[in-house]
Amino acid sequence: MKLTLSWLRDHLDTTASLTEIADALTDLGLEVEDIHDPAARLHAFTLAQVTHAEQHPDADRLRVCRVMTDEGEKQIVCGAPNARAGITVVLAKPGDYVPGIDTTLGVGKIRGVESHGMMASERELELSDEHNGIIELPSGEVGQRFTDWLAANAPEKIDPMIHIKITPNRPDALGVRGIARDLAARGLGTLKPLEIAPVEGGFDSPIGVTIAPDAAERAPHFTGRLIRGVTNGPSPDWLQSRLRAIGLRPISTLVDITNLFTFDLNRPLHVFDAARVHGDLTVRGAAAGESLLALDGKTYDLRAGDLVIADANGPESLAGIMGGEASGVTGATTDVFLESAYWQPIGIAATGRALKINSDARYRFERGVDPAFTRDGLERATRMILDLCGGEASRVVEAGAAPDTSRAYRLDPARTQSLVGMDIPEAQQRATLEALGFVMDGDMAQVPSWRPDVQGEADLIEEIARIASLSRLQGKPLPRPRAGVPLPVLTPLQRREGAARRMAAALGYNECVTYSFIDEASAALFGGGSDAVRIENPISSEMSHLRPDLLPGLLAAAARNQARGFADLALFELGPVFSGGEPGEQTVQLTGLLVGASAPRDAFGSRRPVDVYDAKADAEAILSTIGAPARAQVDRKLDGWWHPGRAGNIALGPNRLATFGEVHPRVLKAMEVKGPAVAFTVHVANVPLPKVKTPTRPALNLSDLQAVERDFAFVVDAGVEALTIVNAAQGADKALIESVRVFDQFAGDKAEAQMGAGKKSVAITARLQPRDKTLTDKDIEAVAAKIVDKVAKATGGTLRS
Amino acid sequence: MTDTETLRSTWLARVADAGDAPALEEVRLAALGKKGEISGLMKELGRMTPEERQTRGADLNRLRDEIDTALRVRRTAMDDAALDARLKSEWLDVTLPGRPRPSGTIHPVSQVMDEVTAIFADMGFSVAEGPQVESDWFNFDALNIPPEHPARQEHDTFFMARAEGDDRAPHVLRTHTSPVQIRAMQAQGAPIRVIAPGRVYRMDMDQTHTPMFHQVEGLAIGRDISMANLKWTLEEFCRAFFEVPAVELRFRASHFPFTEPSAEVDIRCDWSGGQLKIGEGESWLEILGSGMVHPKVLSAAGVDPAEWQGFAFGMGIDRIAMLKYGIPDLRAFFESDLRWLRHYGFAAGDVPSVAGGLSR
Repeated sequence: MKLTLSWLRDHLDTTASLTEIADALTDLGLEVEDIHDPAARLHAFTLAQVTHAEQHPDADRLRVCRVMTDEGEKQIVCGAPNARAGITVVLAKPGDYVPGIDTTLGVGKIRGVESHGMMASERELELSDEHNGIIELPSGEVGQRFTDWLAANAPEKIDPMIHIKITPNRPDALGVRGIARDLAARGLGTLKPLEIAPVEGGFDSPIGVTIAPDAAERAPHFTGRLIRGVTNGPSPDWLQSRLRAIGLRPISTLVDITNLFTFDLNRPLHVFDAARVHGDLTVRGAAAGESLLALDGKTYDLRAGDLVIADANGPESLAGIMGGEASGVTGATTDVFLESAYWQPIGIAATGRALKINSDARYRFERGVDPAFTRDGLERATRMILDLCGGEASRVVEAGAAPDTSRAYRLDPARTQSLVGMDIPEAQQRATLEALGFVMDGDMAQVPSWRPDVQGEADLIEEIARIASLSRLQGKPLPRPRAGVPLPVLTPLQRREGAARRMAAALGYNECVTYSFIDEASAALFGGGSDAVRIENPISSEMSHLRPDLLPGLLAAAARNQARGFADLALFELGPVFSGGEPGEQTVQLTGLLVGASAPRDAFGSRRPVDVYDAKADAEAILSTIGAPARAQVDRKLDGWWHPGRAGNIALGPNRLATFGEVHPRVLKAMEVKGPAVAFTVHVANVPLPKVKTPTRPALNLSDLQAVERDFAFVVDAGVEALTIVNAAQGADKALIESVRVFDQFAGDKAEAQMGAGKKSVAITARLQPRDKTLTDKDIEAVAAKIVDKVAKATGGTLRS
Repeated sequence: MTDTETLRSTWLARVADAGDAPALEEVRLAALGKKGEISGLMKELGRMTPEERQTRGADLNRLRDEIDTALRVRRTAMDDAALDARLKSEWLDVTLPGRPRPSGTIHPVSQVMDEVTAIFADMGFSVAEGPQVESDWFNFDALNIPPEHPARQEHDTFFMARAEGDDRAPHVLRTHTSPVQIRAMQAQGAPIRVIAPGRVYRMDMDQTHTPMFHQVEGLAIGRDISMANLKWTLEEFCRAFFEVPAVELRFRASHFPFTEPSAEVDIRCDWSGGQLKIGEGESWLEILGSGMVHPKVLSAAGVDPAEWQGFAFGMGIDRIAMLKYGIPDLRAFFESDLRWLRHYGFAAGDVPSVAGGLSR
């Protein structure tokens, strides 16, 4: 919403400065976005008088003038054809910034003659495009400020423009008068009365109006009248400059008047060229297949039921949104039918949105114009048309009636104080509401018709607080909910997420935050991409589906970084993934991705390609951090985006805690990532919480007896898994064997050459911890034999000789 | 010269002359070994008279100790010299880089969420969560934004696709964290104090907007919680968060359908020199929206507005991260550029706390 200061002053009698007004507006909730003050750049300039002008000795087109200024007589060289003795001019002195030529003046020498300043044209001062000569003022004293002279003689040329952001609840502030009312309530002046002098019609309107029953609910009230014998030329200067100041293009007097009412009183109007209206007007829902060529030059295919104003030829106007080209006024219009109607916001919003048509009228009607001002608006506009275009008005035709929006809410001054926490006396509360147009009846406040947003007692409090100024509010301590040390507030899962995140970073991964939506093809690679997770209105096809997994986002990030020349990457993300499109079909994952080599090249040969065991180690470290049991199983029931032979799940039965492994080469190729790439995903919420929560640790059970370590190397089939060997060995004597660990593996061609095709060797070490007596060689031999036996039974392996 | 004096000078000279450890060992064996000269002389003591033995024994003992000490001193000197020689040969280029250890980073969004949580936890706020695919009721209706409300259009909402024949209003990607207010109140009732940080989505992408960003919602409901309490809470938060001695906030009336009265909150700041300083200067910076929870919102969440009242606020996490840490471009938050992650990220060990401070 834009307005100018002088326009505001049409409604508000005030001595407040522009700054005071702007500050108050923002404070009132009418946030000033921008102020354009043409005078701000003109403060330096003063009036001067040319006392003498003579031809420049060396230039035909230049004159050397002597100019009387507030600092005495100066010599100025001037090229304007109208520079002559006797005229009053606007002087820019050396040191002044001249906006139109973007130059700060200095003392110059023009063709050998010194010049102490410049006499300005309107264009040089950005007052207009006029540049045929310098400004000649009809009055004014030498030394007078030019801005003072303008304020007194041509205020419209320096009228400051104020641009306000209006919140959707304040349709009344979409008219200058509504803004003036807020300022008056704040105490920045007095709201001037609005004269409504009805125009007596001299004849019956030849165009009648009816509202069809199907439209009555959305079109409760329509008023109109014919004005015949008008002249629709360009509008007067004051009206044109007012519209231009707020960025509108003047078109013709009739159109300009409707635009003026839209912005002045939040009262959109429409004018039909009566000669181009066929028969009476009907407000009705559009029939299927009807269309309208609107004033914006576009043809709109109407939906059945869209509200139109139609004549015998069909729709002539999209009610409350935009008129039609066929019945629009032109310079040739002599008889005009003026419409002032009230349309319900919901219908306007629905039609406007469906047809994708924006207009100042739609913007206002869908937020709410004053339903009680329909007829008054018509009368006031009639008066202005008669004044500016001449002609003769018919009697008013009217269909329906202004809807009854009267309602009242109780003002509870104590509640205002309690809610806002600010001392506002009751008398001030009542005075505020009255200044805003509420009518107080006891403690009941009758809501003015132009405030559709006020729908309850809380809205009264908001109005009072807003006018009293929230910037005066003083903070008051909010007591803690309980005295003493605050209780912990995070849930166990929230703590785990935090711990897992910090562990991942500690392991060397850089945390990423990638978008929750990805493209369909990538989603499909990870078991997603169905219609259930499709976004109806994505911002681009790259962001069309909710992600089923964090890997696609990280792989895309890796590809982008590889393109920038970073080959070795460790990235992770902790965030939501979506299994469906219903609220709650969302879980938290932590996924880490390693690409390239484990380390940079260095003097010690640390660099090697990342492999599945890096990913496994990191997954296990994070699981351990968040309290997962140390002995989980590993299974290979893998999702399709993992390498089928080089990945595994860490699980407790069917409960999958994590997956680790190489990313499937096909997926890597599709995501344009250069391998090697390994990853892990931890399902943070799947890790069981401890059954009993106690800070007490189990007792530490130490033995003074010496532990013994024994190594075994088994020859097994290449497909035998190490965990099977370890578990079998562990089972040989659960009391004595404290731990079993794999310490070597010998596999591949060389191993097969030694041990036979399809064989490998796995070496384990078992740590035996006696509890009650020192182990004898015999004891150790017995356990060792048991281990060999168990492993042989479980795997078919034999002790390597 | 007595016999022992000769022995002493002979043996001490031999100790001094031994060139290396084996030679010294040879001397030791020859003097003090089982078959050494001194040991041999001591064996002869048994055949002497008690008187002879007394003087001779004492002399020999002294001599043995003297030679032994000389041997040890010489030995230590030799070891020291050998170590010195070894150390001289054992030079390494310690300017070579150490063995590589990967170092990871925490994303600024996570770090700032942890900071915000630490501060509000101290004021008794717990952390609530809610789904990011939301029903239209939780995202809008329950927050006093009915279907045709113009505010709905201003939210630039992402809608989930609906299957053919499913006539329910489409779900949305939550446009704000405010629906968590409703869910938290439904779950816990009043009184309640929660914050709800998380991802939110708006259909907007340009220089300063991304279709996903992060907000933190705050909600405090009690018997007599006022807007003045809201202001204090936000002042305390901003002072703690921006780690400055004092802040000044300015409340400006505004409109949010779910609060009444509503206020936009500006913070006093200074931009001179191209760097933002919070708490001083002549500029104001809008940092959040807030207000008193609308009675209709309380009712929608099953809390009786005649009995309970309180405040809510919503703040952009990415935005306050940018302000605090001088991060220029929002879009870069979600691009995962390694250079950006390393530059603006935080060390794993930098866990913000009220006790230890938020940033290093």
